[in-house]
Amino acid sequence: MIRLRRLARAASVLTTPLAAEDILALFNPVYSSRQLRGVVTKVVSETPDSVTIHFHPGWGWKAHQAGQWARIGVELDGVRHWRSYSLSAAAGEDPAITVTDAGAVSGVLVRNTKPGDVLFLAPPQGEFVLPDHPRPLLMLTAGSGITPVMSMVRTLVPRRPDADVVLIHSARTPADSLFLEELNELADQFSNLRVTHLFTAERGRLDFQSDADLELLCPDWRERAAYACGPEGFLDDAEALWAAQPELPAEHAATERSTLTIERFSTNLAGGDGHDGGLVQFEASDREVEADGDTPLLDVGEDAGVLMPSGCRMGICHSCLTPLRAGQVRDLRTGEVHGEPGQLIQTCVSAAAGPVNLDL
Amino acid sequence: MTTLTERTETKPAVTRPGALAATGHPLVRPPAAAHLSDEQVAELGRELDAVRDEVLAKRGATDAAYIRRVIKVQRGLEIGGRAALLVGRNKAAWVAGTAMLSVAKILENMEIGHNVLHGQWDWMRDPDIHSTTWEWDFVTPARSWQHTHNDLHHRWTNVVGKDRDVGYNLLRMDADQPWTPFNLGNPLYNAILAPVFEWGIALYDLEIPEYKEGLKSKEDMNRDLKAVGVKAVKQFTKDYAATPAVAMLTGSGKQALYGTLAANAIRNVWAHAVIFCGHFPEGTDTFTEEMVEGETRGDWYVRQMIGSANISGSKFMHLMTGNLSHQVEHHCFPDLPSNRYAEVAVKVKEICNRYGLPYTTGPLPKQVASTWAKVFKLALPDTGRFSLKKKAETAGAS
Repeated sequence: MIRLRRLARAASVLTTPLAAEDILALFNPVYSSRQLRGVVTKVVSETPDSVTIHFHPGWGWKAHQAGQWARIGVELDGVRHWRSYSLSAAAGEDPAITVTDAGAVSGVLVRNTKPGDVLFLAPPQGEFVLPDHPRPLLMLTAGSGITPVMSMVRTLVPRRPDADVVLIHSARTPADSLFLEELNELADQFSNLRVTHLFTAERGRLDFQSDADLELLCPDWRERAAYACGPEGFLDDAEALWAAQPELPAEHAATERSTLTIERFSTNLAGGDGHDGGLVQFEASDREVEADGDTPLLDVGEDAGVLMPSGCRMGICHSCLTPLRAGQVRDLRTGEVHGEPGQLIQTCVSAAAGPVNLDL
Repeated sequence: MTTLTERTETKPAVTRPGALAATGHPLVRPPAAAHLSDEQVAELGRELDAVRDEVLAKRGATDAAYIRRVIKVQRGLEIGGRAALLVGRNKAAWVAGTAMLSVAKILENMEIGHNVLHGQWDWMRDPDIHSTTWEWDFVTPARSWQHTHNDLHHRWTNVVGKDRDVGYNLLRMDADQPWTPFNLGNPLYNAILAPVFEWGIALYDLEIPEYKEGLKSKEDMNRDLKAVGVKAVKQFTKDYAATPAVAMLTGSGKQALYGTLAANAIRNVWAHAVIFCGHFPEGTDTFTEEMVEGETRGDWYVRQMIGSANISGSKFMHLMTGNLSHQVEHHCFPDLPSNRYAEVAVKVKEICNRYGLPYTTGPLPKQVASTWAKVFKLALPDTGRFSLKKKAETAGAS
């Protein structure tokens, strides 16, 4: 490998300003290590509107921990879009994502992905992972929130006889319920896993307003390390219930008190009515400024003393391109509100549309 | 929002808002557009904005496939050309290799490099085809060129005293530039410049006059010198040392060296010719600083259109010029993908005609001859001043 890399560097004497891998990529795109890619190996249908996509990542990927997510890049009408998906495969195996058709990007992934396709990747990350030391666990999931937990179950249950996992999963109907059969099989086969399926179309939602539902389904829930993943409201309610629990005496604290770890799929930062500004955060410079909805972010940054790249200041030269971390901006020329994490925006013609985080 | 009274960085002398005003007027409107009212200019601005929006709405997978195809063909030619030169002792191989490498270098420089560095393909969000990551097979580092070209030249298009592309600090290309005896050498300098154009641009991008005038800091100068030094060594090594060295294995070292020299010279002469046809042929206007003070969006478009000239020709010719043959359209919409300029041109020309603005175009030989005529004429003091202005006015009236 080292020798290959040295050879590639030597060959770049003949290919500069391109790297040798740019020439190799003419034959196979996966040879580019500058952009991490993965080749789809298998696509498995899960429910009518969801699939699991297995892929073999190229150089630069690091093995995922159970529960982590990765950014996946796909091209839609010539434009690269990035979305984050939880990895549903067990730790130690080739990664896989389970995608439910819920929007333009996921829809294309669900309908059009086939083996041999190339996905753009960013290495896995996330703090929603199993505890360092074995503890009784309670998993609360709803809808596609099962995906990171599925990775945890697959990792833990077959390999650790001493594990103790209770999973309460909500789905609308049995047909919508991801991994239904596999979970039932695992629960039959391994005594360390207990699974309760709740079909909300029949019995209504899991109620977190009181502890009655939990007491019924998992009487020792207070002694378990809890993990929750699902829609915003589901998580907010679960958080509220856990927060309302009285503090245990100090000698029990830390080790035995039930903790709740949650994983949110999205933080909604969508812009205001267009002309509303918002709090602009320059992450690398560690500065925050309130900006109105009509001032270019370039001016906002400069006025705050941030070293902003700049050029023509009228939207033609692209010298000011800055990566957006979060939030949305309004194009001062067209009024269009747009923005995705990672997208490079022209700060000289973009104003804040709600809170905005910039990588500067 | 906090406001700081002092700025650490200097802003351009004429400050501009994020987007130019839609209404109003400059201190002086250029003669070729003097017959237009403020309302007409504003309407013209809206019409051209609509042309741009239409392309933005259509831009997609076919455009992405286009640039990827061009890049693939270019890299294929580059590999093929270099491989043929490695056995350049064979005459046919030498001719084929030099031809392929020349075409590859022209495509790389113009249809790919120039346009990618303008951000024409940034919308794809592909970090490998992006204005912030691209580096090209040209001595001047991409970042330096983006500053002098995208920012300075495209912002100040043809404003004498602001846009140093008017003569590149070397040639007298406008009658409003004061004559000195040095200008007698105009034709000679231009003839020498053409085959070594990339080195001329590298030197130009260092902005030595700005440095001498104290407008560029010593740190910036050192940074740029270092960048161009590193780049020049790499470029020189590739074409004039590494390629001939490998070719020596077949006893073709000398031929390979001649081949790379020829390919670079051919690319340089071609790029020089095409670029000079962009703003220097008869019929293109230059502007004073009063004409940009208070400029509206519509006036900005007017200046780009009457300050630029197209080259007419076949599809292949447009490809080989990097679609700079659509210089008028490129200057109106520098970040639209180049494959769209041809369809945009039809609309821009119609708008020019309707508003009584000159739309300069002509076949390559005619435009090249026209730029050379200017190079010769302006070598002498105060010649042609009257005839040039008159020409612009008659063109404006037609």
